[in-house]
Order: sequence, then structure tokens, then C-alpha cells
Amino acid sequence: MTRQVAVIGVGATGFRATTPDVSYRELTYEAAQKAYLDAGVEPKDIGAFVATSEDFVEGYSIADEYAPDQIGAALKSLYTVPGDFIQSMGSAVMMLKSGLYDIVAVQGLSKASNMLTKSYLTDFALDPVYNRPLKQHADYIAGMEMNRFLFETGTTREECAQVVVKNKRNAMFNPLAGHGCDLTLDYVLEAEMVAYPLSELDIAPYADGAVVMVLAAGETARALSDQPVWVRGVGWSSDSPTLETRGWGQAVYAALAAEMAYKMAGIRSPRSEINFIELNDEFSYKELQHLEALRLCNPGEAGVLTMDGVTEITGALPVNASGGCLGVGNLLECTGGQKVLDVVLQLRGEAGRNQLKNVSTGLAMGWRGLPTTTGAVAILSN
Amino acid sequence: MGLRKVAIVGAGLTKFYRYAQETPKELAYEATKMALDSCEMTLDDIDAVCLGTAPDAFDGVHMKGEYLSDGAGAFRKPYMRHYVGGGTGVMSPIHGWFHVASGMFDTCLVVAEEKMSSAYPHPAGAFLTIFDHTTEQPLLPTLIWIFAIEMHRFMHKHGYTKKDIAQVAVKNKGNALLHPSAQLGAKITVEDVLNSEVMAYPVNRLDISPTSDGAAAVVLASEEVARRVTEKPIWIDGLGYCLDSAYWCNRDLYYPDYVEVAARQAYKMAGIKEPSKEIHIAEPYDPFTYKELHHIEGLMLCKRGESVRMLLDGVTQRDGNLPCCPSGGALGVGNPIAATGLMKVIEIFLQLRGEAGERQVPGRPTCGLAQAWGDLMQVGTVVVMRS
Repeated sequence: MTRQVAVIGVGATGFRATTPDVSYRELTYEAAQKAYLDAGVEPKDIGAFVATSEDFVEGYSIADEYAPDQIGAALKSLYTVPGDFIQSMGSAVMMLKSGLYDIVAVQGLSKASNMLTKSYLTDFALDPVYNRPLKQHADYIAGMEMNRFLFETGTTREECAQVVVKNKRNAMFNPLAGHGCDLTLDYVLEAEMVAYPLSELDIAPYADGAVVMVLAAGETARALSDQPVWVRGVGWSSDSPTLETRGWGQAVYAALAAEMAYKMAGIRSPRSEINFIELNDEFSYKELQHLEALRLCNPGEAGVLTMDGVTEITGALPVNASGGCLGVGNLLECTGGQKVLDVVLQLRGEAGRNQLKNVSTGLAMGWRGLPTTTGAVAILSN
Repeated sequence: MGLRKVAIVGAGLTKFYRYAQETPKELAYEATKMALDSCEMTLDDIDAVCLGTAPDAFDGVHMKGEYLSDGAGAFRKPYMRHYVGGGTGVMSPIHGWFHVASGMFDTCLVVAEEKMSSAYPHPAGAFLTIFDHTTEQPLLPTLIWIFAIEMHRFMHKHGYTKKDIAQVAVKNKGNALLHPSAQLGAKITVEDVLNSEVMAYPVNRLDISPTSDGAAAVVLASEEVARRVTEKPIWIDGLGYCLDSAYWCNRDLYYPDYVEVAARQAYKMAGIKEPSKEIHIAEPYDPFTYKELHHIEGLMLCKRGESVRMLLDGVTQRDGNLPCCPSGGALGVGNPIAATGLMKVIEIFLQLRGEAGERQVPGRPTCGLAQAWGDLMQVGTVVVMRS
């Protein structure tokens, strides 16, 4: 009885470090216009909408009030998911599979440049009794986790630095990316330390931007689009929210989200069935940790594969060909949106100079950033 | 194609307080445990969890959904938060319905939590930043002001008086006397309401629901599971939700179009043609006295301009033809925003099961409705349930 679901339209703004010329509503409007044009639909054709936002990063209490107008959803069914874009997409997949709607649009946005006190905000997400009084810059959590990951898997700082070199270089040929550059391994290794072993260049810089996608159920998707990208599987999961009770070495949330998506997609051997990956690399080690959690390589192997060039655009298992968070930018709640966007563009053969050859199945993975343990995975095929 | 049937099989509700000693996580845990116990299930039986909770500024935690996850029983489970301001509570079973109706999950635990007392000195402060940063915030508006504008317009359009509307407070606070979770059950008179402090004319103190801490939870299940775990499943037969433009100044505030659109969606799905006859019992959202009437009209349970007649004739009393807010509503039970909406769903659940105890309405109702509302007077969320 389950209906198939496909992405039939994508729209995105460029992702830039700052966007003083447009408001967050104008950013979303641009992405929505592009997505609807791409899908060949008008807002009146869309059954329901899902927005993605978190109050404090938007600068509003009840930020969902300002979701409808710029995506054409006023007086229509719309709700907000304060989660990663891929969770919103999971919500849209459920809505379409339920049979209640034929077309659903999903919106994601980052206006990180509006935030003057980003690190305080991350502190504000910590437990108010146990952790917040420590008054440490929240990046220490990433430093501790990286240290544990390196210890448990034998991964080295050089291997993490190679992720930075690769992703920032990939971003140079992605016209949407805001933080591309060509660095040497030594330059990355000599960057200033933030929380040992995490250096300044191991951290993805923030970017502004918006992504809107139009999803449709089976027959509607075939009727509206000549190149629908099918959502074969989607999964999401949350591990322990408290710092004291989580495992620090492994990304359990990513493993659980992936298992859910693999099961739905009928994938038994991810390594042989998935051609390329766009995953969350807000910190360099996260790319390696997530690769292992997704069962795309053995524990401790991700760093070695990176050094060997397997995850390059030209390699056997390209990872973050778009430039990832390190090259495109950390898009807050919209990070997963950029991942899915680039998987869709690759599958449609529209990825420009970063286009991969002979790919038919891609995986997008999002993580909600510090200090959370929530991840989401989507598997798409053309 | 036919939609998959989804039932509510269990429910839990904490007491609503002004200053709860429990942390937000503990409130969520308490409601979750009660809901699971009520249908003799454990977390192992739960496939997915969804959480409804309104502004992060209330509990004072950024990414509040993440913080609450283990308290809501979501440890290592698919877990997602949804949010439509004050309408979040009734959006919760809708989001849960998507989980189960999609066929991706057979059971879904739905939790709603709000701890408003963490916002110090008063959660009204959290509402100062809900307004447009350019066109509205410079005027320093408060929440009560904009509702005073809406109430005034509603009264003017239909010729309602403050005395008429005060009856809603008398009814709901009276109903709440029998609700074990109630924060403000009281036997009051119309004069008490009219003589209470004027907050912003025409809104008096007793026209407003209190600020509260509390949590609620329900367990949703597919038909197969529901038939196995309970003899009295309550089916979610209709749902609707609608968000109007953020530019509320451009609307005629006397009538909530967004509630009507949401109600029409729900009625269509449930096959309801004449809501005033087919709905036996309703829980419209009543954070302010006039809102209950405003919503009854938006839900098309009476013609526009006739809700006061209905109220004065006793139709909406607990023993009337169409009992509205038999729980005591937000005015009587309390208003921990998201938890209030789910409290209303739970009240309909209990009433349809015939398990509402002293609050049980006469006449064995078989079809009920719960509704919530929120944001900048722009959200309507509606659920129609049948036994």
C-alpha cells in the first residue's frame, strides 16, 4: 500500500557568509520561487507545507509565524519542524505516504549572519542545571568528542585535516558554495587550536541561505516531472541529549537513522549500493565519524580512505563533492537541505564541474550540530 | 485510496501548576509514563516519538526539543518536534497521525510539554519578540493588547457585551472544579469577571487563562495494534490545520478564517456535512473568554453571531446539547500552551470512552472535536475523533 515519493523540484539561494542585501524572508522567497518553477507547480497546487526553524536562531519567539507568506502558504496547511531539514523532509514523506496529500513543499533557511552571539546560543542549548554553569565555549564538546574519536579509532589529526583540504577544494567549483579555498595539509595542521585537538580550520564557518524542495507522490511525480528523484529511504534518530550519558566516540544517532533508512530502501550492503554521499561535516572529524556510523567503511578506516583519495570526486566513494559544511558553510537547520540539494543535482546531472559519473543512488545525512545527538538520513535514486 | 486508520489508545496528563517543582524533562516523563501505563505498554512497544512544545523562551532552553527528548521517552528512537505556536497541542496528534498513517510506524508516542514558569519574572516577556521587528516591535506591543483589539472587534461586529462573554469564564472555571489536573477551578459569578482588574480594555484579568506548567501525552496506534491493546480505541477520523499570513493587521479580526479552513479540512476527511449536528462534544481553545465563542463560530458549530445565544441558552454547558470545554478548558484547567491543546484531545478521548468520571457529559457522545489556535492570531488546528 505504500506510495512512492519523489523530489520533483529544488530551489536554493547561493550560500554566503553574509547577506546584508536581503532579509530572511527574501532569501526564502528566492528559493521557493526557484523550486516551484523547477517543479512546474504553483503554491495553489501544493497540498501542505513543512517549514524548518528554531526560535532563537531566527531571533523570534514563535518564529513559525513568519513561515507562510514568502512560500505562498498563507491560509494553507503548514507547520514547522524545529529540526534538521532532512527531518522536515521525513515529515513530508510521511504526509505523502499517508495518502492525504499529493504534493508537499519543504522549506529550510539559515540567516546565521543575523546572530551576534552564536556561541552563547549553543551554551543556551545545554542543560541549565548541569552544563550551562560551566560557562565554556560550547566548541569544547566537539574537541572532547574528537579526542575520543581519534583515540578509539586510531584516526590521526592529519586525516581530519585532509577532510578540510578536500572539502574546501571541492567547494571552489560549486557556484553556490561560500567558503571554498585551496589549502595545503600543513597549513590546516598549523591552524590555531580551539579545543585540542580541534583547530580553527576543523570547524565549518557559518553561511546564510535557503533551500526549498517540492516532493510529490508516485503518479503525480511521474506526471509533473521527467526526472523525478525518488526518496527510497528516510530515517532519523536521537541519542542521549545529556553530555554525561552519551557515548563520545561513535555517532550512534547516525547509525540508527541510517538503519531506518536502509531498511526502508531495502539496502543490505550500503558500501556497494550507495554511489556517493553528502554528509554533515560541521567539524572535520564528523565526516569520518559519520562515514563509519553509516556503515560505508569499517571503524577506523574512514581516515585511511580519505588519505588514499577514495572520498575525492575522482575516487570510488565520493564524499561531499559539493564542498560539505566546511566548504559551503554551516547552514544551521538548513544544513541537511544543502545535502539533499546536492544529491538531487548530482542525480539529475546538474552538478556542473563537480558532476560525478555514473551515479544512481546517493545518501544525504544531516546532524543538528552541537550539543545535540540528532541525525537524519535520506537515500535518493534517479 | 483509503487512509490507514489511526487510534488513540492511551493518555496521560500531569497536574497543571503555576510554579512546578519538576524540571521540564520530569514533567514530560510523568505524562509519558502515565500514557504508557494507561494502555499497559512500555517504551519497547513504541516505534516513534513526536513532541509538541511552544516557544523555547518559556523553558529557557535553546533547541528545547533536543533537551526534552529523553524525558519524552525518545532515547534512540525516531524523534521529531513540531511547532505551530499556540496551536501546537492539537497539531501533536496530527503529526502523530502522519507517523502512523504513513505506514512507516505502527505506534507513535505523542508528548506535549510546557514549563512557562522558567521565564522570569513572567512568560509574557517571551511574547515581546513575536512581533515583526520592523513594523510592530517598535510600538512595544504585548500579547494582551492585540487580543484586546481582536475582542473589541468581535464584540463590536456582533453586538456582544462584556457581560455575555464573561459567562464563558463562569462556565469553564466551574467545569474545572471537577478536573483533577485543574489549576484554577472556581465558582465565580459574572460580576467577579467584570470587577476583576482591567488588563487592556475590554480584557479583564478573569477573561485570561493563567500561565501554567504541565505536560500531556497520548499513544497512537495503527488499527491492528489498537484492536489488540484496547477494547475502546478512539479513532482520529478528521484533521485539519491552517496558517494564515503573519500580517495580522491586514485581516478583519472578527472572524477566524484560518479556523474555518482547518475545520473544513477535518470535516471533509471525517465525512461531516453538518458539524453542529454531527459533533456531539467540542473542546475549542479558550485562552481568553471571547476566544471560545470566536472559535465556535469559526468551527461552524453555530452561525456567525450566534455563539452568545448558544452560551446564554446553556447549549454549551456540560449538560447542554453541544457541551464546549467540559474539561474546564484553558481558563479553568490552566494553559501550559502545547500541553493545553493535548489536554483537550485527552478530554475528548475520555468523554468518548465514557471515562471522564464526574465530568462525563450525558448522552453517550460518539463524535468529538478538539481545536487549538495560536501564533499572531493566525493558526487553526482541528482534530475530529470518534469512538
